[in-house]
Amino acid sequence: MTSNKLFNILVPVISVFIGLISGAIIMLAFGYNPIEGYAALWEGAFGDMYFVGETIRQVTPYILTGLAVAFAFRTGLFNIGAEGQVIVGWLAAIWVGITFDLPMYLHLPFAVVIAALAGAVWGFIPGLLKARLGVHEVIVTIMLNYVALYSSNALIRSVLSDNQDKTEKISSSASLASEWLQNLTFFSRMHYGILIALFAAVLMWFIIERTSIGYELKSVGYNKHASKYAGMNVSRNIVLAMVISGAFAGLAGSMEGLGTYGNMSVSSGFTNLGFDGIAVALLGANTAIGVILAAFLFGALKVGALNMPTEAGVPNELVDIIIALIIFFVASSYIIRWVLLRFKKGEK
Amino acid sequence: MGFIELLQSVIPPALFFSAPLIFTALGGVFSERSGVVNIGLEGLMVMGAFVGIVFNLTFADVLGAWTPWVSILVAMVVSAIFSIIHAVASVSFRADQVVSGVAINFLALGLGIFLTKQFYGKGQTDMVTQPFYTTDIWLLSDIPVLGPIFFEGIYVISYISIILALVCWYIMYKTPFGLRLRAVGEHPMAADTNGISVTKMRYVAVIISGAFGGLGGSVFALTIALNFSHATIVGQGFMALAAVIFGKWHPLGAMGAALFFGFAQSLSVIGAGIPLLADVPQVFLLIAPYVLTILALAGFIGRSEAPRANGEPYIKGSR
Repeated sequence: MTSNKLFNILVPVISVFIGLISGAIIMLAFGYNPIEGYAALWEGAFGDMYFVGETIRQVTPYILTGLAVAFAFRTGLFNIGAEGQVIVGWLAAIWVGITFDLPMYLHLPFAVVIAALAGAVWGFIPGLLKARLGVHEVIVTIMLNYVALYSSNALIRSVLSDNQDKTEKISSSASLASEWLQNLTFFSRMHYGILIALFAAVLMWFIIERTSIGYELKSVGYNKHASKYAGMNVSRNIVLAMVISGAFAGLAGSMEGLGTYGNMSVSSGFTNLGFDGIAVALLGANTAIGVILAAFLFGALKVGALNMPTEAGVPNELVDIIIALIIFFVASSYIIRWVLLRFKKGEK
Repeated sequence: MGFIELLQSVIPPALFFSAPLIFTALGGVFSERSGVVNIGLEGLMVMGAFVGIVFNLTFADVLGAWTPWVSILVAMVVSAIFSIIHAVASVSFRADQVVSGVAINFLALGLGIFLTKQFYGKGQTDMVTQPFYTTDIWLLSDIPVLGPIFFEGIYVISYISIILALVCWYIMYKTPFGLRLRAVGEHPMAADTNGISVTKMRYVAVIISGAFGGLGGSVFALTIALNFSHATIVGQGFMALAAVIFGKWHPLGAMGAALFFGFAQSLSVIGAGIPLLADVPQVFLLIAPYVLTILALAGFIGRSEAPRANGEPYIKGSR
């Protein structure tokens, strides 16, 4: 018998592989040269230090939203509201960055923590409603996404700026951007946030695998009733999972606010960081290390894709199709397992 | 402004905003009642909007005034075919249905924009020349008082959506097909032992949801958006999903929820013209539908119980 562990690694790898092949077939079908297309993609993601910097910049929030969705999944919750939590985190980080005047060693951590707290509060609401009243968390988080989007737009206009479409820049004492990193990467927008993201991944691993809190969270995810019978407080664990999940997403918002952009603009649509986080978590099998790897893959695909229209004439949405197919194949892991087992039997 | 004029300015837009949501939510009800979670409604709407707009642009010269009607039919068919992907994944491949739905959402948007760039060389299409237009409904608009409120300057498609909800209710609760569909979603093993093919029923249900989702998306595109871009369908599918849950997985409940969302959305659009609401900052009207939904779910509706087997792949012989 092939072990489960091997399957858990093989399935995502095979999915990515089939996804990329399908992308090549689509390019062929529409008369593009797939080799040129993928070369342009690679060039756009890792071609020189600038692109590497941009890729890492994109990976940073992906890791965090991926962790947010994965963490909730572990407790059997579907946090489709990472999107809204990113927005409130972003807004909170900007608010601290603009309003306060502190030395950097206080200001920056303060802004980051407040952003995480804002996201946590935004996750607390659906968590509490789910735990106390049994309201479906999917629907509440969807609704809260819109509430976050529209209220933050209103707050940017009325409170954080004087009827402008964007806030002013945060003061440099709250900024994650670094001249050193920018010089190193030919002035990409790479910032120190990647360290925070990686640290958050370690934190998630530690909570889930090494603490009794994590054990309870997982247990509730596996079987609510058994956990209750074993004396765990199911309600408290549901709320806690959503709060931590929201905090991760809030951090992702602060990465955009304090690192990449340094301000926040009124937006008619979502950032999609939260929705992409779902894809990242799924491909990463809801584990910390998996999320990091998946975030790197999707970040590189997304950033690299921007180079495809100019270099190879391929619309960059091809990458969205590839990502969708990868998720699809990961979801259909049953059939991949089945085929693999067939091959195994065939060998004997 | 008198009360009648008030109703006259609120109700037509409410109906017109809710029609796409009603169609899509009905699709969601079919799928989820058979035990297949369909978070891909958003993607099905995107597909419907894309096909509806492209077909409309291409055949407007040939079909004239019939274009929008044929467009929504074509959108229905294409989205139904597209939804087979979700059916194959979630029924045959035993995929996690939520995950497969998410994949559908990504795929529809990616494909839509990719093909738009292929066909038109830019990220959005031109405006359609043959959208749906508002009309006065013959005879009914002559009824005093009620006529002007409900039947003047209205989209016929709005009423079709309401009639369809009634039809769906009838199918689901008064026909053998409906009984089987619900049985498969509540207790697939019992249904299976009674000779109902779980797989077949679930395939049919998902394909119906694809058709209705495509209908909803194309109706949205041809009444409200009028072109296709990445920003045409932004969250309407999720609203429809919310309507399904809000309406407790019942066709008429889903219709009621969708009408409520449409009403709330219309308030935020025309609120400035209504004396009571004119002084309220617009943001409160914008977030009102979403906050009200949360409050309603928390307060009055209580626990929403999904069909028992919703989201679980059926594996023959397993208990």
